[in-house]
Amino acid sequence: MKLHEFQAKDILGKAGITVPNGQLVTTSDQATTVVQIIKGPPWMIKAQIHAGGRGKGGGIKVAHYPYEVVTATESLLGKPLVTRQTGPDGVVVNQVLIEEGIDIDREYYLSVSIDRSTAEPVMIFSQAGGMDIEEVAAQSPALILKEHIDPVVGWMPHQARNLVYKLDPPAQPATIRKFISVMANVYRIFLTLDCSLVEINPLAITKDGRIIAVDTKISIDDNALFRQKELLEFEDTREKDSLELMADKYHLSYIRLKGNVGAMVNGAGLAMATMDVIKMAGAEPANFLDVGGGASEEMVTKGLEIILKDKRIKAIIINIFGGILRCDVLARGVLAAAKKKSIRVPLIVRLEGTNVEEGKEILRNSDLKFLVANNLAEAAKLIAKQVSKAE
Amino acid sequence: MSILVDENTRVVVQGITGREGAFHTKQMLNYGTVVAAGVTPGKGGKQVKGVPVFNTVYEAVEKESANVSCIFVPPPSAGDAIMEAASAGLGVIVCITEGIPILDMVKVASFLKDKNSVLIGPNCPGIISPGKTKVGIMPGPIHKPGGMAVISRSGTLTYEVVDQLTRAGLGQSTCIGIGGDPIIGTTFIDHLKRFKDDPETKGVVLIGEIGGTTEEEAAEYIRKEFDKPVIAFIAGQTAPPGRRMGHAGAIISGGEGKAENKIKALEDAGITVALDLGSLGKTASKIMGKS
Repeated sequence: MKLHEFQAKDILGKAGITVPNGQLVTTSDQATTVVQIIKGPPWMIKAQIHAGGRGKGGGIKVAHYPYEVVTATESLLGKPLVTRQTGPDGVVVNQVLIEEGIDIDREYYLSVSIDRSTAEPVMIFSQAGGMDIEEVAAQSPALILKEHIDPVVGWMPHQARNLVYKLDPPAQPATIRKFISVMANVYRIFLTLDCSLVEINPLAITKDGRIIAVDTKISIDDNALFRQKELLEFEDTREKDSLELMADKYHLSYIRLKGNVGAMVNGAGLAMATMDVIKMAGAEPANFLDVGGGASEEMVTKGLEIILKDKRIKAIIINIFGGILRCDVLARGVLAAAKKKSIRVPLIVRLEGTNVEEGKEILRNSDLKFLVANNLAEAAKLIAKQVSKAE
Repeated sequence: MSILVDENTRVVVQGITGREGAFHTKQMLNYGTVVAAGVTPGKGGKQVKGVPVFNTVYEAVEKESANVSCIFVPPPSAGDAIMEAASAGLGVIVCITEGIPILDMVKVASFLKDKNSVLIGPNCPGIISPGKTKVGIMPGPIHKPGGMAVISRSGTLTYEVVDQLTRAGLGQSTCIGIGGDPIIGTTFIDHLKRFKDDPETKGVVLIGEIGGTTEEEAAEYIRKEFDKPVIAFIAGQTAPPGRRMGHAGAIISGGEGKAENKIKALEDAGITVALDLGSLGKTASKIMGKS
């Protein structure tokens, strides 16, 4: 689960890390009031969406006069913001953060995440702050400093020293103390809130020697939300696709993609592979949908209903390798969905595994029109044929 | 031969009284697996499908000589269950559970460092040595004893591949689902090393997917040290970056984890990559000199 910048800064602030003074607004009227409380000029006006790349996408503005704060807020609120991470349609901005401008002397990068290869948390620190860290990693890897964290021991002060004393030019002793304190706080947040990422970029040193988290990103491990219930109130589903939201409700793993061939599959790996089969057949997948290894009849029905709600769909493939999910259960689920909403596009069905004959029998004895694929190679051919017909 | 599990395997099912645990205990027994014991804290003294239930794994080892664990414990306690199995000295621990918090797995990985247990999973279908034993949730009948090893990050995709192999006349020595999570107990290289020394294994099918870099590392290992033929498949060539494709570990982030990187690394190492899943069985058959 991704948090908004203002939510993440609230967490940082409470943990003792200095963040700019700021206030969230949802109308430009509020901006008129807020500009009188927040120190400025200059002011920063920042669109609150989950996607990155806001700066280059025009989602962060600087204002030098109070009226500019209001017009900048107006120009962002209620309108879609397109960044390199949002896709071409962009994401509608519902909230704007208005902050005091910070007089930055130097910018740094600081984060904690999990290193999959060592199965440990890793603190990453760089003097190339304010830039995309992946770009820094590609162009000047020597500027990226890392310390892996022993989960039993936790973050130790010497590790912070290892990082800060590598800075070139070296930092002032007072600044070093502040870095060490911020690092300890960031790790504590990471651990206590079950984060998958805590990133401060830039972590700024101001001209008057203060250390301030100018921008920050926090993501929470979805698997740990059962013990982080108080964080659930931070969830903002407004940016989510409506079909993805519906899928969440039924515990279906669904991701909407750009194509027009819908797919319903059991198992995440097979679902990805089926998307690839669609692509190789010359079409584009409309979605990823994993109904789960042990889906119920109802989940199958809901899954197919979600695909049928997608107006772009020109064909559907159901690819099931029955294990725990039996093919007869799948067949009944499909028929239940077809009863609720008629299927007007070609339906390709590929069933294999547990109770495959019963499953096929149930489908054959219904009035459902469908094409049978006996294996994946046949399924690919049928998709290619349907797609060329549609064009 | 086979690796890690065989006819001498005596399974303890942790979480045996739960819905999944009980169901798959029955399925394993039907396959011929020796399920020696079950564990559910507080339910000691009961029986599930004729299998005695204990309160702790330690007791299951002491009283029934269990040597392999199969875990169906729900996510909040699954990390603890893995550590319990390792403390009790079990050589192989198979964790089926999906949804364990990553910080719990960080602790588990650290805990296992000085133990002699091999962890398979979590978030995996388990391990099967066809004709000998199955420890997990895969459908038994699609497997056939033979010389192909299968190592995979996925569940149903593995069944698809095994089915194609069996239909192509290629039986399997041992098939392992290593799990779809970002932190898993063992990865491709760990098992490739074992298959290298297993005389029954004549070739390996490696099934990877987007996310992480374990396929690239496996490619490097195979190029340097692995002589048996390897056929690979990578799922997720059409997956968009930044989205988790069902599995917690299946995510392309910051240019890392793309299918194309993995396919390139494997091909550069001289490994045959089946780009088209539907033809994997045929490709394997060709490589193994069957057709």
